[in-house]
Amino acid sequence: MKAVVHVFLKAGVLDVQGKAVENALHGLGWTGVHDVRVGRVIEFDIDAANPAAAETLARAMCDKLLANPVIEGYRVEIGA
Amino acid sequence: MKAAVVVFPGSNCDRDCKVAIERSTGAKVTLVWHQETALPGGLDLIVLPGGFAYGDYLRCGAMAALSPVMAPVAAAAARGVAVAGICNGFQILCEAGLLPGALLRNAALKYVCKPVDLEIANLQTRFTAAFGDRRTARMTIGNGEGNYFADDATLDRLEGEGQVVFRYRQNPNGSARAIAGIVNDGGNILGLMPHPDRASEEDLGCADGATVFQSIMASA
Repeated sequence: MKAVVHVFLKAGVLDVQGKAVENALHGLGWTGVHDVRVGRVIEFDIDAANPAAAETLARAMCDKLLANPVIEGYRVEIGA
Repeated sequence: MKAAVVVFPGSNCDRDCKVAIERSTGAKVTLVWHQETALPGGLDLIVLPGGFAYGDYLRCGAMAALSPVMAPVAAAAARGVAVAGICNGFQILCEAGLLPGALLRNAALKYVCKPVDLEIANLQTRFTAAFGDRRTARMTIGNGEGNYFADDATLDRLEGEGQVVFRYRQNPNGSARAIAGIVNDGGNILGLMPHPDRASEEDLGCADGATVFQSIMASA
């Protein structure tokens, strides 16, 4: 099964990279862009009986390693 | 006095730390590879040195925090052995959950490498006692992700309990409340972004880092 994990800094944690990208977009003329956040996408295949089991495993991996709960939140997508 | 410096793949201040501790305190210092599952006996100090352990993959310190050696390090810390994480070592201690908070990308997105003036916010710790009544110190920083972050409740607790040990006099990286170094609630684990190992002799520009190591040894 395919798992896609999206990791982003939590709201309230200043995303300086997002801020810099936003400023660069403004400089290129896209002044209507706001609240840019830069995150990380982690993809992997996982052996699991069903999508719910795969999601449980992926969430455990996020809590243990893939995200740092002090500063980051995450979202898990399970595909076929 | 016995000390160990842990060497991770990508550590680059391990030998600097060994030499700085030996020359400033006369301690016997052993380098310990991160795959070890046991530490030498009778240690008074364990140092996690600066560098880029595991190439900073995923997050600074995230992979190193899971190295085999971190289990005996955590066990020694729980017994009260002094543990000092310097720069990347501070990041590793946060990732390992041995210190609260995290180190974020510097506010200006720049790697900062220069001597900085510090306020010693708590002189009553195992890491600062040898400063006497001196309230200031100078050490060198070299980091791209030294911007200390914790939620407000944690920051209030750190300040209230005297766990903020060093503060920047001019904040170089956006650290919350200008924090440069903290200790855990037991007072035996230090996380410090500036490098005492790079400020351990007058020939390096300043010897205040030696006083940090001498404080630890005096309490051993």
